[in-house]
Amino acid sequence: MSFSLISHFTVGELRDWLLSDNATTTTLQKLAKGFTPEMIAAVSKLMRNQDLIVIAQKCEIITRFRNTIGLRGRLSTRLQPNHPTDDLKGIAASMIDGLLYGSGDAVIGINPATDSPASVVSLLNMIDGLRTKYNIPTQSCVLCHVTTILQVIKQAPVDLVFQSIAGTEKTNKSFGISLSILQEAYDAALSLQRGTIGNNIMYFETGQGSSLSANAHHNIDQQTLETRAYAVARKFNPMLVNSVVGFIGPEYLFDGKQIIRAALEDHFCGKLLGLPMGVDVCYTNHAEADQDDMDNLLTLLGVAGCNFIMGIPGADDIMLNYQSTSFHDALYLRKVLNKRPSPEFEAWLLKQQIMDEHGNQLPIQSSHLLLQ
Amino acid sequence: MSTTISNNIIQQDPWSSLKAFTAARIALGRTGTAIPLKEVLAFKLAFAHARDAVYSLLDDQQLAVELDIFKLPVYSLQSKSDSRNIYLQRPDLGRQLNDTSKKRLQDLSKEEYDICIILADGLSATAVNKNALPVLRSLIPTLKQYNIAPIIIVQNARVAIGDEIASICKAKLSVVLIGERPGLSSPDSLGAYLTFSPMVGLTDESRNCISNIRLEGLQHNLATEKILYLIQESFRLNLSGINLKDTSKSYCKL
Repeated sequence: MSFSLISHFTVGELRDWLLSDNATTTTLQKLAKGFTPEMIAAVSKLMRNQDLIVIAQKCEIITRFRNTIGLRGRLSTRLQPNHPTDDLKGIAASMIDGLLYGSGDAVIGINPATDSPASVVSLLNMIDGLRTKYNIPTQSCVLCHVTTILQVIKQAPVDLVFQSIAGTEKTNKSFGISLSILQEAYDAALSLQRGTIGNNIMYFETGQGSSLSANAHHNIDQQTLETRAYAVARKFNPMLVNSVVGFIGPEYLFDGKQIIRAALEDHFCGKLLGLPMGVDVCYTNHAEADQDDMDNLLTLLGVAGCNFIMGIPGADDIMLNYQSTSFHDALYLRKVLNKRPSPEFEAWLLKQQIMDEHGNQLPIQSSHLLLQ
Repeated sequence: MSTTISNNIIQQDPWSSLKAFTAARIALGRTGTAIPLKEVLAFKLAFAHARDAVYSLLDDQQLAVELDIFKLPVYSLQSKSDSRNIYLQRPDLGRQLNDTSKKRLQDLSKEEYDICIILADGLSATAVNKNALPVLRSLIPTLKQYNIAPIIIVQNARVAIGDEIASICKAKLSVVLIGERPGLSSPDSLGAYLTFSPMVGLTDESRNCISNIRLEGLQHNLATEKILYLIQESFRLNLSGINLKDTSKSYCKL
């Protein structure tokens, strides 16, 4: 139905039309299911950075679990308190640090160092314990393999189900998944009914180049395959989709300029397909990039209306060994663009006297509840 | 103005005691929304060390001198990447020996071996320069029952180059000690990859990996214990990879 409205466009006409004032937020929301990933990837290649930004900004993709993510004027963060040996106290220390810096409304999400079910269960219990103790309106996730979550889902508090996905069946097979495994996990997590205000329960990560790594690209360019991964994601009404753009390495995106361009393409393509896009604004130490590149990208994505970014102590992930955005970076972006956290989380930050009503951080006393 | 502006500028975080539990950069404090300069400079210094590690070179002459104690031949080889920039952009070239190195190894390899030990720079030659010898000093004396091939040092190399090298050496098992991707807090982290029946075309599920070998991470003697355990299990079961479980708590990030 939505496809028939636009099926006569050439790719060039689609580019011009998307930039026109006729392509409004509502129109784009209605058309989202009619956009095929191949055409959206193609049209992204006809666009300059400003085109990718202005069109993405028109998209508003809202999702809900315990809070509301993606409202216009809001910027959320995934609190990423990783630790190289999954030490529970080490992870809790980074969580407290992040919460006191106003981070964690998109999700509190840990990349586990091991995928063992026992370890995943103890991590899930720990985050859920802190979340319920302080009554934090957010959701948790341990980013283990989806089959591990299926193993533990009956014995652990599972909010969001994570999986890395890609744009070819062969790559997904190399990730150890298929559409039916994703469907099984989706159904299992839905049946838990843990969301209080919504039922978006999947968290997907993607990244340009994963099919080349898996030698499963069928000679298709990496942006088309990336957008095909988004078409997989939209089947499962995800809460969050995150392009880990600078993580994959310089063999795919060599320097800051390429990382910035790819991130804007990914954000644009995901948003047009109707996905709640976040971006891991990041680089590895073997890429030609530095903090200045990340500041540029962060600011551009803020203008483009990115739903969420990562929050990592001092931008240094000591488990995954790469640099992403710090808790401070999110505060910077909210300040210069006058953005706020998700409304439910904002209310919690105000109540905890972490933030004031103008969005400024408040001084934290050693007697603060979270430090007890 | 009669009074100066106070230099008590930084909003300190009263939870620095939590630093006891993690090496993460927590309780940094702030000025406005920004990280204080002291922490910004510490970050930049760590970044410079990590960048230096990526472009560091294997000290193959020094390594060869130190490896002399094992009374094994030492060969120095090159991958098909002839520069660091090409190496970073073309992982496939880092998985293959260049023609000269391949021919040289073929000419030198006559007999069959149990174990082939390979030192590869990977993404941090610094890691190999600092950590390979201490591991080998405790490992090699425990391998008396095995026939060990000449020790190979290889530049601009990825893990999978070990498959080509070990198969030319006709070795039953390869142990690749390779510099891991440097993190800000770990520019010198060494990884050990074990592959049973190494041959060209194998992928990561055929290997076992021990990661984060460095003074501040997995200590050399503990790493040696794990490597020895995996070698013995590998020979007992005639396999390596996902079907060989390391029962100890190691992890692996490729």
